[in-house]
Amino acid sequence: GEKKGRILRFIYEAFRALRLAKSRREVPQGGRDGDVTAHTKGARAAAPLAYQCGQGKFTLLRDTRTDGSFLVHHFLSFYLRAGCKVCFVALLQSFSHYSIVAQKLGVSLAAAKERGQLVFLEGLKSCLDLLFGEEEQPGQPSPLQFLSGGSCDLRALFDFVRESLSAPAGDSCKGPVLLVDDLSVLLSLGAAPVAVLDFIHYCRVCVCCQLKGNVVVLVHSNEDSEDEENELVVNSLCHHSDLILWAEGLATGFCKDVHGQIKIIKRLSLRQAEQDLVQIYQYKIQDRNVTFFARGLSAAVL
Amino acid sequence: PKLLSAVCDLWGLWAIYLTKENPTILVFTEEDKYGLYSNLLFKYFLAEGIVCGHDLFVASAKEHPDNILKELPAPLLDGSYRKELGDEAAAVKSEDVQDSMKIAWRYQNLPKMETSPTTYTKFGHYYDVSKKMSPELCQSVKLHRFYLHEELSSENMNSGYARLLQSIQRIISQEGFDGSDPQKKQRNVLRIGIQSLGSVLWGDDVCCSDAPEDPQSLTKFLYVLRALLRKSLSACIVTVPAHLIQNKAIMERVTNLSDMVVGLESFIGSERETNPLYKDYHGLVHVHQIPRLNSLICDVSDTKDLAFRLKRKQFTIERLHLPPDLSDTVSRASKQDLAGSAKLLSSGCGAMAIGKQHLDF
Repeated sequence: GEKKGRILRFIYEAFRALRLAKSRREVPQGGRDGDVTAHTKGARAAAPLAYQCGQGKFTLLRDTRTDGSFLVHHFLSFYLRAGCKVCFVALLQSFSHYSIVAQKLGVSLAAAKERGQLVFLEGLKSCLDLLFGEEEQPGQPSPLQFLSGGSCDLRALFDFVRESLSAPAGDSCKGPVLLVDDLSVLLSLGAAPVAVLDFIHYCRVCVCCQLKGNVVVLVHSNEDSEDEENELVVNSLCHHSDLILWAEGLATGFCKDVHGQIKIIKRLSLRQAEQDLVQIYQYKIQDRNVTFFARGLSAAVL
Repeated sequence: PKLLSAVCDLWGLWAIYLTKENPTILVFTEEDKYGLYSNLLFKYFLAEGIVCGHDLFVASAKEHPDNILKELPAPLLDGSYRKELGDEAAAVKSEDVQDSMKIAWRYQNLPKMETSPTTYTKFGHYYDVSKKMSPELCQSVKLHRFYLHEELSSENMNSGYARLLQSIQRIISQEGFDGSDPQKKQRNVLRIGIQSLGSVLWGDDVCCSDAPEDPQSLTKFLYVLRALLRKSLSACIVTVPAHLIQNKAIMERVTNLSDMVVGLESFIGSERETNPLYKDYHGLVHVHQIPRLNSLICDVSDTKDLAFRLKRKQFTIERLHLPPDLSDTVSRASKQDLAGSAKLLSSGCGAMAIGKQHLDF
């Protein structure tokens, strides 16, 4: 009953967003506040982020001066609800953390894992198994093999991703999804930037091109960051993304009602030199929801 | 449980996280230049553990853990301290009733700004810094020690981190903090304290050179430590001499790997010591990151500007507030100082005020 209502509401929001997205194509630069106001006043969380469950898309989630993990939670529950097979490489948090948040967003990760829809790689747990566990069985190398210093590339991780997503789960007309949270951690663990970029490249070829699925990756970045390796990876990924969702803390400091601003950069064409479509919204994160609104139109102000 | 005598509501998070099913938290404290105040926080953390009955694991390369444990502050019995607080609060209240505002009367009905809210503290205990904790109280919980120079043989200085991780993992599995022993009904929490991580004494050259030999050793250590904490009922405080680490990239990575990051900036030896704006305080508290666990939102407090001071018996953290400038020579110069220091005050989960142009009007 309640679940059905939520699914119906989600589908309604998604359709409304598609109609909005189509009408907004007419506007050359999506950033004009006047136009955005008319469409998105009172828009709910799904509107700016619900784009078609397209095929072969690479989405980059980027955060600066703030925590963009709310986007990861959104995409995880979004794709699971849509029925896609998801491989989630969670490097920084435990399964229970995502599970509890997903519960609030209306999705049960344990159930999804049970029926094979979700393959969850808990980086922290595999790391412990690798370093403190008993002798590994041959033929089943740990996905985080590079931690033990054997090889310096992420081949084992890629093999894990490919194996989890190759086997179809039920509804095979929807492409599988690879979700990574977050890529910057791999650099902290000793992977070279080139190895990380190779890994993403291999994943794109496998998931986006061969399996017609989507890849969503979270990275951290800072404008005045001194972490050159990280900036190298982030800039390179920006050039290869079809869609960039960039969550930034407000430049003027902390505000209780507006937690940050999100810039949505959509690549219209990677081949021709068409201008990217840029839209900017502000957001506020709540316990079970994230509300988006046009700049300066937060509920606290209206 | 609160670590500090005066309440900073951010620290209330500790209680929440330690009572949930899977409590884990990695607090990362950037040491002040002389390490005085971060050492004090470190000892408060351990003292609170003892008073709550948690097991302790103390690791250090600088001084023997037994010496650290001998110098923990003594807890104050509930009765006497609360009575003192109550008296103070009552005294303040009775003064107010008589003065009603004549000029700023619109503000009469607004709640009083509490610099150190003490009335609604339910968590934590209070400590007297001038007295030491009694050895009997210390011995009432299980203490595990790791002193690097005892654990390592002299040839093998590089594996300090690895030995520490092995030691922690062994204690966690032996004592059943990871729930591996279903027989054990009484589940307890393990409090881990690691002092001056990253310093040269741990065999890491990240504090000495801009291009350390193994820049990932510290971050790998933190990752595995995080993994161990997530898998067990434990909380950990790590102090790091951040002012010595020249490679800022490493500090950024370390921040991403920790749940909570707090920096202490003491005024000793800096120009702020003589700055009249800061005359009541001994230093500033910068909260760079707070944990966002099991939830989309994090519990962000309204105040971002915190300062601390060490009184004879207490270490207090208060909201930084500036008294009204009632001097005869109110000049532009002092306002410039204010703007300058306001720029440095951190304002939120990583959001910093950048550039004067946004705030000047």
